[in-house]
Amino acid sequence: MNIKELYQEIILEHGKNPRNLRKTDNFNKDAKGYNPLCGDSVHVYLKLDKKNKVEDISFEGSGCAISMASASIMTDLIKGKEGNEVKEIINDFLEMIKVNPELKSKNLKDDEKTKLMCLSGVKQYPMRVKCATLSWHTLISAIEDKKEEINTEKFD
Amino acid sequence: MNLLNIKKEFPIFNNKNLVYLDSANSSQKPQSVINRINDFYSNEFSNVGRSVHALSVAATNNYENTRVSVQKYINANSKDEIVFTKGATEAINLVANTFGQKYINEGDEILLTELEHHSNYIPWHYLRNLKGAKVEFAEVNDDGEVSVESIEKKITPKTKIISVTHLSNVTGAILPIKEITELAHSKGIPVLIDGCQGAPHLKLDMQDLDCDFYTISCHKMYGPTGLGILYAKKKWLEELPPYQGGGGMIKEVKKDSVSYGDLPSKYEAGTMATAQVVAFDQSIKFLEKIGMSNVIKHEKELMDYGQEILKKNNSVKLVGNPKRRGAVLSFTIEGIHPHDIATILDEDGVAIRAGHHCCQIFHETLGIPATARASLGIYNTKEDIDRLNSSINKCKKIFNLK
Repeated sequence: MNIKELYQEIILEHGKNPRNLRKTDNFNKDAKGYNPLCGDSVHVYLKLDKKNKVEDISFEGSGCAISMASASIMTDLIKGKEGNEVKEIINDFLEMIKVNPELKSKNLKDDEKTKLMCLSGVKQYPMRVKCATLSWHTLISAIEDKKEEINTEKFD
Repeated sequence: MNLLNIKKEFPIFNNKNLVYLDSANSSQKPQSVINRINDFYSNEFSNVGRSVHALSVAATNNYENTRVSVQKYINANSKDEIVFTKGATEAINLVANTFGQKYINEGDEILLTELEHHSNYIPWHYLRNLKGAKVEFAEVNDDGEVSVESIEKKITPKTKIISVTHLSNVTGAILPIKEITELAHSKGIPVLIDGCQGAPHLKLDMQDLDCDFYTISCHKMYGPTGLGILYAKKKWLEELPPYQGGGGMIKEVKKDSVSYGDLPSKYEAGTMATAQVVAFDQSIKFLEKIGMSNVIKHEKELMDYGQEILKKNNSVKLVGNPKRRGAVLSFTIEGIHPHDIATILDEDGVAIRAGHHCCQIFHETLGIPATARASLGIYNTKEDIDRLNSSINKCKKIFNLK
């Protein structure tokens, strides 16, 4: 495993210029996440329409290149997706980061899958997996209206 | 002992690629310490202080022998002032708990500094909840130091104890602990020094320092994990109540009353970390063989070199600029998060720490969530610093920085 596979150009670019790093106007769902190990924090905002389609998604926070890139790519992909598609994509991503070699979701286009797979480099760095998954767990928390802040030390 | 060959004493450096710059977190162990643990378990093991058989007597003698070595090493008045604990964290908890029980009441103040490690904050925080006490923090200045004046500013008639670090694990600042102790004593306030970072790098003299409590983390001092030391003036150990109850710490146990053992047994309940205590004697011997003045000289040279090299490196910013600095170099690189730095350095075999280093209060005053930290030990060399620097340059290249 080469360090360049972890820090691919696309990760560095999203890390440096994160997309959707702002607060959605009139959001109707949100959640906070925190990684006590490194101090990374993220706040995810969602605006769902009446049919649970993601009208807008954004995030605020600070963290390492991996966590910022992950939140950036996540928000880019999730925008415009239907409620059930969102859950399926999150699960697929988390399974890929944990065990699966590939993404299986039918709700992701090929170029979207390619982008997400850029994050698969963290699989070789167990200490960094939580950086990549923090914003995703926080998104779940927002969708499920959980009040408690997500804490990476409580992931399984 | 030739310091240039000192790496040979540490088997972990048989891996020639390793540049270990995380000694403030935990130091590596010399072969003599490893061998002693192995020998003790292989040939000499017994619990201490319990039985009359020969193994137990010999183990007890070895165990107590380390206590005397520690006493001499830190120039304590009596070996009874040396209490073994499971770590420096437990040593501070022991004081906070027992001193708090007896002397802290509602509205009383405990004075710490903004530089403290969480282990010198949380035990006192418990008293805030339990007793309605207040925890105050003396301010750190822009250079990452805490002055006697900033301590003085926070002392009030309600201040019951002052607990400060000897050497900051983030900025490397060496605090004026003798002056702080003098000031506190002039106002009748006892002082605890968190010596986790001080003990491995500085000469200790409890008679000269005159502090009431001093805590040591043995695993940061080329010794085994699971072992800490509390130095406390005898009058405190006599006055304060026991910490944990159990075997070994009692004199007489009846159904309706219990009396406690002599010092320091009163504070050593249950089976102790016997092998670790026995082996820690080798850590002290190791440091004595080198001589603390040589340790200090070697580490100062490395620190000066490290600061010079890193200051020259564009976009590297050192955290703190204390006038008296111990073996810690914390830094940030504009545009690269410390965790990314640590991962990339690790790829080159350069082990540093990234994060808040258990000092969230201080990082809050800095306004940043995390820093990267290179911390030195006796085994580090200028080549290690050079490799740190070239790895930092690689980080910058990967992140397209100049």
